[in-house]
Amino acid sequence: MVSCLNKNYYVCTGCALLCDDIEVEVSGDQITTIKTACRKGFSRIRGCIEPMPCIVNGKNVDINTAIKDAAKILKNADKPLIFGLGNSTSEAQKQAIKLAKRIDAFIDDTSSFCQGPTLEAILHGKIRTCTLDDVRNRADVIVYWGADPSNSHPRHLSRYSYFPRGEERQRGWEEDRTAIVIDVRKSHTAKICGDKFFQIPLHTDAFFIDALIDALSGKVPNMLFDYDIKNLLKLANILKKAQFGIIFEGFGIYNIEYMETMARLMGKLNEVSNFHLIPMVEHYNMRGFNQNLFEETGFLNRVKFKKCEKGFDVKYGVDYSIMEVLNTKKIDAALIIGSDPMSYLPRSAAEYLLEIPLVSVGPCENFTSRVAKVTIPSALSGVECGGSAVRMDGVKVRFEPIIKRARLSDEEILKRIIEAI
Amino acid sequence: MANAMEIYQFLPKTNCKKCGKSTCMAFAVALLSREVTVEYCTPLKETKFKKNYEKLLEIVAPVEGSTETGLIVHEEKCFGCGNCVVACPVNVANDPQGVGIGRAPTNDKVILQVENGIVRASNIQECRRFGKNRILCNLCIITCPTEAIEFV
Ligand code: SF4
Repeated sequence: MVSCLNKNYYVCTGCALLCDDIEVEVSGDQITTIKTACRKGFSRIRGCIEPMPCIVNGKNVDINTAIKDAAKILKNADKPLIFGLGNSTSEAQKQAIKLAKRIDAFIDDTSSFCQGPTLEAILHGKIRTCTLDDVRNRADVIVYWGADPSNSHPRHLSRYSYFPRGEERQRGWEEDRTAIVIDVRKSHTAKICGDKFFQIPLHTDAFFIDALIDALSGKVPNMLFDYDIKNLLKLANILKKAQFGIIFEGFGIYNIEYMETMARLMGKLNEVSNFHLIPMVEHYNMRGFNQNLFEETGFLNRVKFKKCEKGFDVKYGVDYSIMEVLNTKKIDAALIIGSDPMSYLPRSAAEYLLEIPLVSVGPCENFTSRVAKVTIPSALSGVECGGSAVRMDGVKVRFEPIIKRARLSDEEILKRIIEAI
Repeated sequence: MANAMEIYQFLPKTNCKKCGKSTCMAFAVALLSREVTVEYCTPLKETKFKKNYEKLLEIVAPVEGSTETGLIVHEEKCFGCGNCVVACPVNVANDPQGVGIGRAPTNDKVILQVENGIVRASNIQECRRFGKNRILCNLCIITCPTEAIEFV
């Protein structure tokens, strides 16, 4: 909670923007009015429509029994997996890493099939980045690449990237900033950017980047697909003139091959002008998980721990990613925290979760919890419990609970599982 | 929503001035900007204009449901992104250290603000489309990704 001008502000954990200017009105243990949060944040703060039940083998139990049974499953497993954590506090994530070490587990999160490579490049200092406050204060050329913040992070444009005034951007967005969308379809964000929307065919980002690098270098671009070169030159010209440029890299462009091409583009852009990159992280603390694991192991996801004489050994790589361990049936139990892999992983991979004992911890019921052997309800972080998280740009944000309810936090549940093992 | 020309088609077109306006076209414009209501045109009450009268009531109904400046928020379309809140020049002038820099409003002088995930209008008399020196400002409309704001 931040106090300012006699107002108490809370932090929204609806997405990785972690807006810290949310006002609420509370009556008893009910939140009656939520001000300034977008619709996405409003539904997060309002809470789950279907709260997570406390169940073992289909029967309602008390939380102590559920925790004991979860511990038993994880203790008896040879190769357990811990997955999720993008919607948990950093404190809970640290407990999950501690648990993974204790039980020789695989540990991974959604970044292993989305923005892991970008975050890795940033954490290793290979790509220039900045904070969202720098963007608000200084950015004049803003590129949303394969991203549609109007839907994924609704307040992105109004809070930081396009509309607000900043120290060096006092005259407002019409005069001071140019917002560009590069995407395969005319998204809601593209609509706002008018003629600065550059539509490219599906899967051509890498070719487009190469052509753009040529244009930025003053060479005749080699277009490998049908595209109006005049348009490309117009884009190159805007980018070249940027005083403080920023690329927001979305889910539309994320895999490893693109990463290498994107790194080259960033290199070129920084030769001819001044550019930064921030990944459009979606879950409110996915970046926190990556940074916490990185501090502990030097890797940001896809890790397997093994106890040894020195303490523990860390294995890392594609072989330890959630997709791989499910596809090759490498695990024999799983603990899913605040996530719903059953609903978003490909069926071929997710199906294996039906064959192994599953423990699901989280505030709301979901597809994964419906097929889990043990489900443990936890407090909705940012609403019913406090903690800290890492914003999409790497800034650490602390938050307090809005209301106190009886449910244990992910952190407390994980601590108790560790104690019971 | 209809434009002044469409409204004009349903008026008596006699320029009788009974409504206080010099022409029927001027009355149509005044009706659109909510300066007058259909009732001001007394000849419309005559039986021969009954159909026109009913049609006009239908056409101007959305105007009546809007704020005084004719602003309507289509709640089902609004994401609560706050683009309009921060793009509105009156909001910025009235709260430079709050909405002006993208943050929550710090006073109650703003016209647009987001509550329960949806934008709400208040202090509508401050809107640049209101009053004597009104201008056709449309910044909240062009910055809305979903066409949730409309002026009628
Ligand atoms: S943009 Fe994200 S953090 Fe901000 S209010 Fe919306 S959901 Fe919450």
